[in-house]
Amino acid sequence: MNPANIWITFPELLIWFPLLAGVITLFIKNDKSVKAWALLSTIITLVISIGSICCSGDKYFYLNNVSYYWLQYIGASFSVGLDGMGRILTLLTAVSFPIIFTATYKNEYKNSNLFYAFMLLTQAGLMGVFVATDALVFYFFWELALIPVYFLCSRWGGEKRIQATFKFFVYTFLGSLLMLIGIICVYQHTASTEYAPHSFAIQAFYSAHLSSMQQNCLFWLFFVAFAIKMPIFPFHTWQPDAYEQSPTAVTMVLSGIMVKMGLYGVLRWLLPIFPAASIKFSSIVIFLSVAGMIYASCIAIVQDDLKRFAAYSSIAHIGLMCAAIFSMTQIGVEGVMIQMFNHGINIIGMWIVIDLLEKQTGVRKISQLGGVAHKAPALTILLVVIAFANIALPLTNAFVGEFMMFSGLFKFSIWYAAVAGLSIILAAVYTLNMIQKVFYGQVNTLTSTIKEISLNEKFILSVVVILILAIGIFPQPLFDLTKDTVAILVTRFK
Amino acid sequence: MNAIILTAIWGIVMMFGGVFIKSKTAPKYWAITGLAIILIANCIELYTGDSFFHVEVKNMLHVNSFNLTFITVALSCTLLFFLLSGRDIEKVGSSVSEYFALIFFILCGVCLVSTFNTLLILFIGIEIMSIPLYILTGSDKRNLKSNEAALKYFLMGAFSTGIMLMGIALVYGGNSTGSFYIDNINLGLGKLPVLIAAGLVLLMISMSFKVSAAPFHFWTPDVYDGAPTVFTSFMSTIVKAASFIAFIRLFDNAFGKMHDQWQLLITIITAATLLIGNLTAVFQQSVKRMLAYSSIAQAGFMLLALFALNETAKEGLIIYTAAYSLATIGIFAILIKMNDYTIDGFNGLAKEQPVLAVTATVFLLSLTGIPLTAGFQAKFFMLIAAVQNGHSIWLVIFAVFCAAISAYYYFKIIQAMFFKESNVAVAHDWDITPAFKALLIITAVLIIVLGLYPSLLTQWLYY
Repeated sequence: MNPANIWITFPELLIWFPLLAGVITLFIKNDKSVKAWALLSTIITLVISIGSICCSGDKYFYLNNVSYYWLQYIGASFSVGLDGMGRILTLLTAVSFPIIFTATYKNEYKNSNLFYAFMLLTQAGLMGVFVATDALVFYFFWELALIPVYFLCSRWGGEKRIQATFKFFVYTFLGSLLMLIGIICVYQHTASTEYAPHSFAIQAFYSAHLSSMQQNCLFWLFFVAFAIKMPIFPFHTWQPDAYEQSPTAVTMVLSGIMVKMGLYGVLRWLLPIFPAASIKFSSIVIFLSVAGMIYASCIAIVQDDLKRFAAYSSIAHIGLMCAAIFSMTQIGVEGVMIQMFNHGINIIGMWIVIDLLEKQTGVRKISQLGGVAHKAPALTILLVVIAFANIALPLTNAFVGEFMMFSGLFKFSIWYAAVAGLSIILAAVYTLNMIQKVFYGQVNTLTSTIKEISLNEKFILSVVVILILAIGIFPQPLFDLTKDTVAILVTRFK
Repeated sequence: MNAIILTAIWGIVMMFGGVFIKSKTAPKYWAITGLAIILIANCIELYTGDSFFHVEVKNMLHVNSFNLTFITVALSCTLLFFLLSGRDIEKVGSSVSEYFALIFFILCGVCLVSTFNTLLILFIGIEIMSIPLYILTGSDKRNLKSNEAALKYFLMGAFSTGIMLMGIALVYGGNSTGSFYIDNINLGLGKLPVLIAAGLVLLMISMSFKVSAAPFHFWTPDVYDGAPTVFTSFMSTIVKAASFIAFIRLFDNAFGKMHDQWQLLITIITAATLLIGNLTAVFQQSVKRMLAYSSIAQAGFMLLALFALNETAKEGLIIYTAAYSLATIGIFAILIKMNDYTIDGFNGLAKEQPVLAVTATVFLLSLTGIPLTAGFQAKFFMLIAAVQNGHSIWLVIFAVFCAAISAYYYFKIIQAMFFKESNVAVAHDWDITPAFKALLIITAVLIIVLGLYPSLLTQWLYY
């Protein structure tokens, strides 16, 4: 398919459609139609995303790259493209939103048109991050994905929402400004183009001439931005507060998709631009990641609040992914690719269950709940599958990814792999502990009123569970999608 | 040339018009019409490169596309300021046409300081700009704070003028060509003689005073706070931007050769301005005072242009002045309509006046430097310029940390508007016309368009 012949391409469509849908949502007054329209538009986005995977022949690199003139005289252009990694993450974004909207369909929001408009704008921003192939465009979307989330959390969040969200905002804003300096510094070392002395295009960045000293300094400017977003220990302190205070639908976006921005940034920008520095600092980063995994797992064991519990468990999982990326082995990075998708699905499933519990009982404290299984068996069965995926049991999707990531890490260093392996045991401890306390045991006054979940909730949780099992049993399509991207990436380090 | 002559003429017309026209609303329309004509005349000059007036100025003024572009920005912002806040100028006192006349004189000064080619014209321009400002600051005659501010401003201004004259005298005496022309000063410089060094430092001090850079910023909060809010809006934007243009023009053309020798001094001033402006703004309760400190903080970012002193820096300075002026004029126009100038006074504005709240958010995001707004492009160009310069990368990182701090106090207003409930039981009647709202929206759109295509502005530099 020749991009010159079509008037709009998939990557553009993935950005503009949610954006347009979001703007339209602003003008719908009726609450019910807002919800229906938002859900419909995300389903259309999903169709577009599936189309982008099926219909384009070439899965290798930026052949789908589209670019328009924009700020030509400083060497920036609006260019977007999709490779395997971009496809898998846009697919995750596209799959997540309908799931989130269906799961929270019954939640009532004040000014719901604003709420859904911001959600859709977030989606557009996230899509932009995943398809941008120009550093300045990437930076634009990186920041723009943040602004609607800021408003969503501060407007519709919990009691301490304003402080928690602001902490989150300032952290990420500072990180991205440091990245901006990094971008500018790399830009100064890119080759000239026809119109400008330097260029922001991704290929120009990849071939920038940087001395090893420059690589070492700039590496950290970029890394801090990505580490805050992921988040990697010790940059994680914003996360539990933000997750706890956000409305659950937004928490799902934050933990399911937004953290992938950090991982994606590392894979797309950090490693290819600074290969030497990445190899040099890989043990430091892996040390931080593994330390964070153990630290977060231990905190998750003693957490009493379900939302904070999920937040810490998420930090532990992200830590493993970051460590596997910096192992720089083919198998490890392939594992990360598939795990980015799986983690998104699993954690969203987890949040849906937590949201259901909170809606019915009004509390999130593990110690106050108990015996839910007696009242809601279907919910429990579905939850247990999701929890197994969280522990990465075989036959669930996470097993595939984690197994590969551990093999990658093992190739890098046996010791790190061994210590990181502890986190699997710890994950089993905290997850099973939570299930035991919340779902089994005695029914108390709070949980005695719990009713079985409704049809659409059953449906959406089943979708999550089916995805978990399907990918767990047959992960090959996802591998095929990203194999080549990973191969290109890994050869840069040979 | 067009703008200099026409603003002076129109200032006089407005002044004498006040004697004959007794109507209180007429001067506003006269001023708007006049300014629109001057703006068009200036654009014609920018477009054709030829002035209506051919006056022999002995090369004392130097008109090029850079300063014409800046004058266009300054005049457009003033026009916007008239349109948005014209009704509020009428409310300040009884002598309305004089206020407008003074503003036209200031604009004449703005044109002079952005086109000067000798130190004499610089001095005259700075004085023409400052003296009407002293009057405007004290124009709320019955208000004690306004009087205090005017006196303080005048005394401090007089000092800085004295220092500037001393600096000019030393530079004149020290350079071998014996000339006031800034090109000659630059040509004559081989190494840095003591007299010139002393003169340079004195000039830097007086210019830092005008742009309210630390440690010469102490007048700023009191004067900005005491002056009638409409005039604070004008002096913290257009006048300040013009002082910056004069600053960079002087130091680029007269002392550009010795940039290495005074760069450290500017680095220290920049860092101090950024730090003091941002940190102090955090603790302010009054939005007006907070904006005064924020203007110091923004000055710190604009000083990066002097630190870098290259082509990108000049482009960046033009974008910065436009972005900063648009956003600040907008936010002040909204502030004037508020009853309560504290941050709590903004509580629940989103519910009462959604248009005001949304446009104010765009202005504040632009001041913070979030992408998609002109403020981002401004900061972006400044950072590129500073990185290109290659020295003191720590200053760039420091500036970025300060920008993150600035998010704190700008977002406090956003939080108040959207996420807090109004605590005033009685709703006050808003003096807001649909035209005002439309203008605010246009300003916000303009900021976003500039944020997407800064080249709309910078292309004129190479016209």
